[in-house]
Amino acid sequence: MTPILQTAIELIVAAGLVGGGFFALVGSWGLIRLPRPMQRLHAPTKATTIGVGAALLASSIGSLPVTGTVSIQEWLITLFLLLTAPISALFLAKTLILRGEADPDLPDPGTGTPWATLGQERPDP
Amino acid sequence: MILGYALTFMFACIGLAFALNIWRLFTAPTLTDRIVTLDTMTINAIALVVLYGIRAGTGLYLEAAVLLALTGFLGTVAYCKFLLRGSIIE
Repeated sequence: MTPILQTAIELIVAAGLVGGGFFALVGSWGLIRLPRPMQRLHAPTKATTIGVGAALLASSIGSLPVTGTVSIQEWLITLFLLLTAPISALFLAKTLILRGEADPDLPDPGTGTPWATLGQERPDP
Repeated sequence: MILGYALTFMFACIGLAFALNIWRLFTAPTLTDRIVTLDTMTINAIALVVLYGIRAGTGLYLEAAVLLALTGFLGTVAYCKFLLRGSIIE
């Protein structure tokens, strides 16, 4: 591996780390800063997708000069995080609606029935 | 050289994010906000583990990151399910 290529890889990894750190900070700051509960669901997704994503990308490329291959495990973590983020967001939004903590001007679902989270029969726990 | 500075910068950013999260955990206005904050803390912990792996120069720490991602997601869903239905496994 030529030195110039090594420097280029190091620069890419450093850029990924700096960007990832910045966005992780933005995600946690938005959690405090945003005024409404449904908006606060949105802030940590930046930390998930860009923050951790950039760090994992940097780790994956950073292993290239050491081992000679791009490691695959980071991509699995990124894939898993991207797959599970919408599911947990859906559950959190349902919790907000059920507990009445969502915005008061929640739009109508458009099916003629109330929101499914509120309308269904709840079993005795 | 430049990699060391970038690593230190990101360690500082994640540490500050952790501090903000812990403050939020104690001052959250609603219960759902606490769940969101715990989810964000798990994400930050994954980033921290991956960073430590980069600094140590091994891929061993990635398995800890995978486990954290798994249990973090399950924890969030379990908390939400408990609030939604009153029980986790019906």
